[in-house]
Amino acid sequence: MTEAYIYDAVRSPRGKGRPDGSLHEVTAVTLGKQMLNAIKERNALEGHAVEDVIWGNATQAMEQGGCLARTTVLASDLDQSIPGLSINRFCASGMEAVNLAANQIRGGAGEAYIAGGIEMMSRVPMGSDGAAVAVDPTVALDDYFVPQGISADIIATQYGISRDDADAFAVRSQQRAKKAWDEGRFGKSIVTVRDVNGLPILAYDEFIRPGTDMQGLGALKPSFKDMGETMPGFDKVAKLKYPHMERINHIHHAGNSSGIVDGSAAVLIGSKEFGEARGLKPRARIRATAKIGTDPTIMLTGPVPVTEKILRETGMSIGDIDLFEVNEAFSSVVLRFVQAFDVDMDKLNVNGGAIAMGHPLGASGAIIIGTLLDELERSDKEVGLATLCVASGMGAATIIERV
Amino acid sequence: MTDFTMEKGADGVAVITWDLPGKSMNVLTMDGAQELSDLVDDALADEAVKGIVITSGKETMAGGMDLNVLAGMKTGGAEAVFEGVMTLHQLLRKIERAGMEPKTNKGGKPIAAAVPGTAMGIGLELPLACHRIFVADNPKAKLGLPEIQVGIFPGAGGTTRLVRKLGVMMAAPYLLQAKMSDPKAAQKAGIVDEVVADPVAAAKEWVLSEPKFVKPWDEKGYKLPGGAPYHPAGFQTFVGANAMINGETWGAFPAPKALLSAVYEGVQVPFDTALKIEARWFTSVIMNPSSSAMIRSLFLNKEALEKGANRPEAPDQRVKKLGVMGAGMMGAGIALVSAQAGIEVVLIDQKQEAADKGRAYTEAFLDKGIKRGKTTPEKKAEILGRITATTDYDTLKDADLIIEAVFEDVGVKAEVTKNVEAVIPADCIFASNTSTLPITALAKASARPEQFIGIHFFSPVEKMLLVEIIKGKETGDRAVAKALDYVRQIRKTPIVVNDARFFYANRCIIPYLNEGARMVTEGVAPAMVDNCARMLGMPVGPLQLIDETSIDLAVKIAKATKAAMGDAYPTDAKATDELMFWLHDEGRLGRKSNAGFYEYDEKGKRTGLWPGLEAKYPHQDPQPEIDEVQNRLMFAQVLEAVRALEEGVLEDIREGDVGAILGWGFAPWSGGPFSWLDIIGAEEAVKRCEHLTETYGERFATPKLLREMAEKGETFYGRFGPEAAKAA
Repeated sequence: MTEAYIYDAVRSPRGKGRPDGSLHEVTAVTLGKQMLNAIKERNALEGHAVEDVIWGNATQAMEQGGCLARTTVLASDLDQSIPGLSINRFCASGMEAVNLAANQIRGGAGEAYIAGGIEMMSRVPMGSDGAAVAVDPTVALDDYFVPQGISADIIATQYGISRDDADAFAVRSQQRAKKAWDEGRFGKSIVTVRDVNGLPILAYDEFIRPGTDMQGLGALKPSFKDMGETMPGFDKVAKLKYPHMERINHIHHAGNSSGIVDGSAAVLIGSKEFGEARGLKPRARIRATAKIGTDPTIMLTGPVPVTEKILRETGMSIGDIDLFEVNEAFSSVVLRFVQAFDVDMDKLNVNGGAIAMGHPLGASGAIIIGTLLDELERSDKEVGLATLCVASGMGAATIIERV
Repeated sequence: MTDFTMEKGADGVAVITWDLPGKSMNVLTMDGAQELSDLVDDALADEAVKGIVITSGKETMAGGMDLNVLAGMKTGGAEAVFEGVMTLHQLLRKIERAGMEPKTNKGGKPIAAAVPGTAMGIGLELPLACHRIFVADNPKAKLGLPEIQVGIFPGAGGTTRLVRKLGVMMAAPYLLQAKMSDPKAAQKAGIVDEVVADPVAAAKEWVLSEPKFVKPWDEKGYKLPGGAPYHPAGFQTFVGANAMINGETWGAFPAPKALLSAVYEGVQVPFDTALKIEARWFTSVIMNPSSSAMIRSLFLNKEALEKGANRPEAPDQRVKKLGVMGAGMMGAGIALVSAQAGIEVVLIDQKQEAADKGRAYTEAFLDKGIKRGKTTPEKKAEILGRITATTDYDTLKDADLIIEAVFEDVGVKAEVTKNVEAVIPADCIFASNTSTLPITALAKASARPEQFIGIHFFSPVEKMLLVEIIKGKETGDRAVAKALDYVRQIRKTPIVVNDARFFYANRCIIPYLNEGARMVTEGVAPAMVDNCARMLGMPVGPLQLIDETSIDLAVKIAKATKAAMGDAYPTDAKATDELMFWLHDEGRLGRKSNAGFYEYDEKGKRTGLWPGLEAKYPHQDPQPEIDEVQNRLMFAQVLEAVRALEEGVLEDIREGDVGAILGWGFAPWSGGPFSWLDIIGAEEAVKRCEHLTETYGERFATPKLLREMAEKGETFYGRFGPEAAKAA
């Protein structure tokens, strides 16, 4: 079987996903184009250098609709003979793009791909593409649909994760992200976003709040309590699925959940021959990929079963993994992962995560693969696992190994 | 038969009048629909007719669809139901389009509805298809769509039209909660257009005024008020509606789900397609065994029982003067509902102040009614005037029915019986409202046991719809007829059962409570127990219900049962008794002591389960499957109902079903215990019994009758239903 290797990974800094965020003025096409151009320039990709651009995006409406992948390729400096494929696995879209590309290469369908994703959450708000899962009664009722925040709180309730646990984790994410930036640990990957004249627009993750402490977080109101307990009463729906729960413990708030941001990332993946022909050095092998469907109501527990699956399929054990990147959609998601595998916190999200820096839905999967690779190299470790929880009850994972 | 007639006036208005011969209220049959269709065709084709008014020849518009028609359609399968419903849609759509050109909306004739009074179901759906609705200014008239209450939903365009007219949010209470409005409120809500003294005159005037009459949804650019599902505001509405319906109905009822789908799918397509979608979902609900069972129990059989289906032959036994012995909570409630029904009441207690207090209950109730606009000071004076509170037995001299509601003690009751019988006329019927003592035993104190009967009310009397009539061994037919005629007077639903421990309703509910408590002792999370019960459609979980009825009562019943049964007392009751006695010793008597299975705040509001339970009975991990818990709770009740039938306590399964739903709120979607067993089938029921017996003990042992039915492939309604009884 042909092996798939990562040759390069870039990402944009993440802007606050609000009208006053620095990237709000940038279009999805422009931001994505700058990531593709960076990959092209850094690796001298001329002509039909890659088979396809696979672009993850969770909200394929408005400027992100109409096969944004192809539109972005056309806007970029890549050759028009390279097509484009937009995909959606919600929060794991960026990871799924990488995994799909890797598996295409392993299967012999093309020598190289650019895979990644984008989410301009300030410009194309979450949910603006509609979602039958929430509104169509034939699924929403029978599958007990609740919003993700409620699901995160159900995880906390089910697995005994307290508000303090979640807040402490959030504080740690902030501190680690700050330290990583201070030490320039993201330097290899960050592509400054620029305007039409080349003037810089954003060069760092502006969502970070380094001063965050327990006291500050303690003052925040739980975000999902009202919609759970009063209108429209999602807790009652949750109880239909989990009748042993008397009540849901609403622990999540803006400070211990992922931030809404704008951002994009791209990864260059190719076969050994692809690198040799172009004088490019592979940085890591994509050792395994996995995805899974899980209970859609508690929804966000996917990282545990998908990790079990990927380890089982590769004959590895949790001890074989040197570093973990578990997307910080909500604190309880990561803390449940830590609890299930008894993972050493020093191996997990060592440079912070989405709670501190934000979670641009369709891009995050590609971002954390890049972050994991950078950190494996920096700390001279071998094997890393990245995983995300996914809306509607899914999970995705990737294991990479330095070469 | 002619249900609809038409008169074409010289003014150019054709008035179509709906007036079912020989009925007090109009209901729509398929023949009637055809008549209406022909008349509308005639009027639309007649050049002399400028406009049409549709009205009723009765004081009301109509009570709804003839539910027997729906039952009949069902025998033809989904195709027949769908086609039948589409026929109605075509008729109503013809009225709505009124001959207009499809594309330009040109031409056509205005059609107005003139509604004289109450309009329910199709009685409102027909006006909704007209271009303008005029309603008589009658505050007593009720307008609404009650279909959801019998397990279906408005299926003759009512769903599609009301949603397009009001938007999802505003239509929801009418569609999902069967909200009824008087004409003024309906006008305010936007359901009807004008409330006038003479709706026919006003309607005529309007159709002649050359009005604009295209429905908004038939014009270009129509937008759903509040937004369709993929409009940002509409999205939130639909997400919320799904959650609310799921939560409020505990996912137990099929009709609200189907209704929501009809709405969600319907608002995304043009109107005619939406009607087709409504018909498809409506058909699915009709084909669901739940709706037939609900219609059968809550509509057809409930009415049959109220009209005296099981009344023995006897002359009119309506009560003129009632003596109520004991002015406690039950006595006071009985006095209230009887006086409201126009019956003269003597309310007797040992002390005058106690009797007065009982009468004051009615006064307070009526005062509240005045405040809420439900009654008037004149009415109050009239009703209260019918109740005499006294200690004097002589006032019973001319009573024709006595109901005693004194302390639950054989000796006390015997003395009252004797003292009363010394005064009352020889033909007066004597009834006991006991809930726990055998009627045959109480009748021993009577000199005329054939005139002695049980009339068992549920608490609170004015709210609970069921009355259980209990025949003692010697109770005669006239006593039964008397009790039935009385129950009909006070507009409640009767069931007639034979004398046995706890009669019927309490007999079935006690095992339900015990099973819930038993699960707690096994380590099933108490929340799991009560939530699973609610998901079955039970109005209250067993633990909450024990708190409501009080733990000392549970302890008292357990002790009395033990004393009565002696060695036969089931050994598997030990764990439950232990739990109940422990709570009792802890002073946790339930709601009345603000502490029981649940904790309560100072105002008596439940705040959550008492953590002491988990400390004593740690939760199993993992918890049992939902189905397992639900089967235990369900079979605890239905097996008792089957045993009651086997033992002859129940003589009519219709009473078993109606009594269960009205008496203790047994999962209404199922149509009652016997209907539910018919839905799952005797064979499946036996399978589940065997599993439960093996896992949890002999209390789930398969009744002989059920096993026999499984072997023969019989159903309860096939074997014991009224048709089967007729054939035999």
